Amino acid sequence: MKKVTTLTKTNRLPYFSLYFLWIGLFVIAPVALIVYQSFFGIDHSLTLNNYRTYLSSSVYLRMTFNSFWFAFLITALTLAISYPTAYFLTKLEHRQLWILLIILPTWINLLLKAYAFIGIFSQSGSVNNFLTFIGVGPQQLLFTNTSFILVAAYIQIPFMILPIYNSLVDIDPAIINASHDLGANNFQTLWRVIFPMSINGVRSGVQAVFIPSLSLFMITRLIGGNKVITLGTAIEEHFMTTMNWGMGSTIGVVLIIIMFITMALTAGGRKGKAKS
Amino acid sequence: MTEKKHWLGRVYLVFAFALLYLPIFYLIFYSFSTGKSMSNFKGFTFSHYQTLFSDSRLIVIVLDTLIVAVLSSLVATIIGTMGALGIYRVQNKHWRNLILSLNNILMVSPDVIIGASFLILFTALGVTLGFGSVLVSHIAFSIPIVVLLVLPRLREMDATMIDAARDLGANSWQILSQVILPFILPSVFSGYFMAFTYSLDDFAVTFFVTGNGFATLSVEIYSRARQGINLEINALSALMFVFSIVLIVGYYFINHYTQSRRIKRQRGGAYLK
Repeated sequence: MKKVTTLTKTNRLPYFSLYFLWIGLFVIAPVALIVYQSFFGIDHSLTLNNYRTYLSSSVYLRMTFNSFWFAFLITALTLAISYPTAYFLTKLEHRQLWILLIILPTWINLLLKAYAFIGIFSQSGSVNNFLTFIGVGPQQLLFTNTSFILVAAYIQIPFMILPIYNSLVDIDPAIINASHDLGANNFQTLWRVIFPMSINGVRSGVQAVFIPSLSLFMITRLIGGNKVITLGTAIEEHFMTTMNWGMGSTIGVVLIIIMFITMALTAGGRKGKAKS
Repeated sequence: MTEKKHWLGRVYLVFAFALLYLPIFYLIFYSFSTGKSMSNFKGFTFSHYQTLFSDSRLIVIVLDTLIVAVLSSLVATIIGTMGALGIYRVQNKHWRNLILSLNNILMVSPDVIIGASFLILFTALGVTLGFGSVLVSHIAFSIPIVVLLVLPRLREMDATMIDAARDLGANSWQILSQVILPFILPSVFSGYFMAFTYSLDDFAVTFFVTGNGFATLSVEIYSRARQGINLEINALSALMFVFSIVLIVGYYFINHYTQSRRIKRQRGGAYLK
């Protein structure tokens, strides 16, 4: 018996040594440092000015609101396209293969996908050719809010489809049959039975899409021109261009707080996750 | 009723898959165009591929990117597997949940936050930005996914196997190397693959910690794309698409041997970090 206890006790330490070093240095320290840095002005003095500026400046508050609004639109659009896709995917045969095809685009570098849209939305690109063809005439598509929302949604669709699909596949078909037997029509079954049972997937999907949507600064730069400023763009700007790390960290802290709120709101019941 | 519904569903799925794949094929299609922009396909040519293969700066960057990916995923797999073995032995539920929550912080944090905070960290420690800082960052953000992939496999392991090995006189090293590791090996490989693709895919974190002298492929594509369209990038993306297919086939080939369905679940929410 003594041997067993020594095994579990002494063996844990060497396993954990490097892992705990990682947690300390790259999980706890960075979060602490970004909070610490947010209390420093551009002249390296300890101050609350960054927060005061942030909360009193209409520029920052409007930027935060806009970023929120964009993320909301992107999430809504992604959900609207993804839910039916996930639903119809569950009806197919060879589902593993189809899901693989949903995952495949996520393995392609995000910047290349954004770059593709620079071509598609450009003045002489295919969308404008189509608009000319149907008689609307060429439009300025690139560097607009709409193009930013469309491209961000495009990039995130697979991350919404996968969790919804997983929760839909887990639904016992007998429950759907029961719903039909009890006289519900297709729409009622979908709205009153299937959707509520897949809500956990929707929650994970929203979480997986909403948080990155606040911070995709490369898409705003490449597709939104410099017109779309999200929280992520503002942080990048403060760290890499104006070198005002204190203000950048303050916005970072705001983003972290929003992240936790989003996670708390989308966390709710985790019953469906137990299956392994 | 069901007939009609299936028909509608099929049409919708065709639309969804077209939406997902058209931009990618559009990109690849124009890599063979003799023109200078992504419109008006004129004639077929391989010239952009020739430019690509004679672009020595880009080739160095591709090699650097691969070196970072191979090394970072290797180290992340070792540390992550050790972490999973440690967490597996923690009996206290509260401690285990605390460690897992800390583990998942980097999975859910937006890339900009990880990048900015790592930049502050490296500056505070006086680390010069470049290959080293990029490598260490990639190791750091790849560790949690390895833990998340290896831990479920460890939980599936029959604990009586370890008791049996001990009763038969195996010491703890033998138990680890001859009983535990062979059992969890498929998930360790999955972890390595995921870490590898995380590293290849990353842009935002690298962008913050890369400094001036060193670039990975993502950072290079970003700076070139900001200057406008260059069909050499299209040729590059065609090659990367083929490479991704090879990788994903490899990943699923290995994944085929792990019975755990959990992996795919994790991927859904976890990928964008």
